[in-house]
Amino acid sequence: MSTSAQGIVERLRSILGLAPEAPVEQLKGYVEVSVDPASLRDAAAKLKAAGFDHVKSVTAVDYPDKKQIKVIYHASSMLDESLSGYVVGLATSVDRDNPTVPSLSSIWVSAEFQEREMYEFFGVNFEGHPDLRPLLLTPDVAAQRPLRKDFKVVEEDDYLKSTYDEYTSTKRWV
Amino acid sequence: MGTEGSQVQSLPGMQVHPLKKNLYEVAIGPAHPGSGHMRILVRVEGDVMVEVDPDIGFVHRTMEKLSEGRDWMKNIPLFERMAILDACNVTLPYVEAVEKLLDVDPPERAKYLRTLLCEINRVASHLYGFGIFGVFLGHSTLYMWAFGDREVFVELAERLTGARLTHTYPMFGGVRRDMPDDFGQHVRKAAAYMRRRLDEYAKIFLLNPNIRSRLEGVGVVSKSRAVELGLAGPNVRASGVRYDVRLAEPYEAYDRVDFEIPIYEEGDSLARAWQRVEEIKQSLSIMEQAVDWLEKHPREGFVHEKFWKTAPPIYKKVYAGEVPYAGKYRVKMIPLYASLKVPAGRSFARTESAHGEITYYVESDGKDVPYRVRLVSGSYRNVIAFKYVMPGHRLADLPAIYGSFDYFPPEWDR
Repeated sequence: MSTSAQGIVERLRSILGLAPEAPVEQLKGYVEVSVDPASLRDAAAKLKAAGFDHVKSVTAVDYPDKKQIKVIYHASSMLDESLSGYVVGLATSVDRDNPTVPSLSSIWVSAEFQEREMYEFFGVNFEGHPDLRPLLLTPDVAAQRPLRKDFKVVEEDDYLKSTYDEYTSTKRWV
Repeated sequence: MGTEGSQVQSLPGMQVHPLKKNLYEVAIGPAHPGSGHMRILVRVEGDVMVEVDPDIGFVHRTMEKLSEGRDWMKNIPLFERMAILDACNVTLPYVEAVEKLLDVDPPERAKYLRTLLCEINRVASHLYGFGIFGVFLGHSTLYMWAFGDREVFVELAERLTGARLTHTYPMFGGVRRDMPDDFGQHVRKAAAYMRRRLDEYAKIFLLNPNIRSRLEGVGVVSKSRAVELGLAGPNVRASGVRYDVRLAEPYEAYDRVDFEIPIYEEGDSLARAWQRVEEIKQSLSIMEQAVDWLEKHPREGFVHEKFWKTAPPIYKKVYAGEVPYAGKYRVKMIPLYASLKVPAGRSFARTESAHGEITYYVESDGKDVPYRVRLVSGSYRNVIAFKYVMPGHRLADLPAIYGSFDYFPPEWDR
């Protein structure tokens, strides 16, 4: 397993044309390749041409300390059986205050709905997305970016609210 | 907004708004008697669908956010709520991802026990899907049969784990308890029964001319289209793609049991239904192989040594069958789980659940709660198909296509 895992790292380097010092990490269960947002589309196109034909998961992770949001596309292959045993995480980090990432849904259609989800939960703006609007949440809730770390989940207390004013004061959105 | 003089009647659960001449918007759901908690906004020209917008999220329970505030262990019962009919399959990748971070490999016996429950769940879930499919097509006999036969497998799961649906069976480093002594005979009996029933299902449903005329050639997804949309599970295999996580990246005991990956080339709704029948047959065979192995091998640990060594001595006597406690071999929860901290790191795990591949991305910063958990289930990967496959079909084909994808709203909304 370790030799073949090393093999996929080398293969990715040659697919993406990366320099030997470029960050390709063998993590637990997938290989993470970090690129800057400007070259994300280019890297995705190269991966797709090499056989990584679909996206399994689009993830955003919020790092308030670093003032960054990291977006990861986990891609793999269904048709190429030599690649389907591996998952590649194509990651890019953007500024937390203005997170703008080029949309990859024109390259991988399978990313379309998941980009919408990351847009509503983190406020990541996917440039060039065909239909960027909230997917699961209502617009009021989505405006608060609920999966960011500064959105605190307030536990409800055990007592019934006896007046309407009391009730509305505990609501977290309108 | 409305066209002059047009009177369109709305049915319960289905509202119709005229947009312009001959173009109507039909809102199906969100409380449709068959579909469950999901709305589909369809624009129809005449009765041909031209634009379909799946509007999901009606049963969103903020699981990803909640998981960031709960102990590692408590997330397992949280995540299994997303698809209680398939509880082992949907929580297993989370457990595997955390095991990768803990650097713990469960004992062989635990792997077989997990494989066994995964397949029991898969059969039960496919039967549930069949039942709903029957409702969609107005075939209430199949609904009654499938839900009745599902009970057999729900009871098997209960015998193994103690709970009908939310079993919380896989735990970090193993499973929650070992199987009872007489479990093998129940599995073999259930498998023999189900094989016979599948033939009857074929006679009354899949070979029924009424059903065939509604399913054949409807909702065709070509091989390249299925891959492009990233569909998952039986739906992609019914389009001729040979992809199954059990094959691509074998987990648990799947590299030691003997099974085939059935494939259908047609890619239509009927092929997706047959696909599930063939998968049930394979699952029954895997279940039998797993209990054979478990009966042949001695009861040597169902949890990794790291956790088992912290168990009180009385637990070991109970597991050895010397002290009966609420039945044989029934060990209580090992205390170490409550105070578990997971080393910092990132991991990714995937398994093949009944509705399709399910993946977890888990990130830890070394605390007693996860930093980020991202989960993508098979149902979600399939929902995109409604947008791209349905247009061009008649409105009457919508239930057939919807049912054939075995879409389960709570699993994606989570």
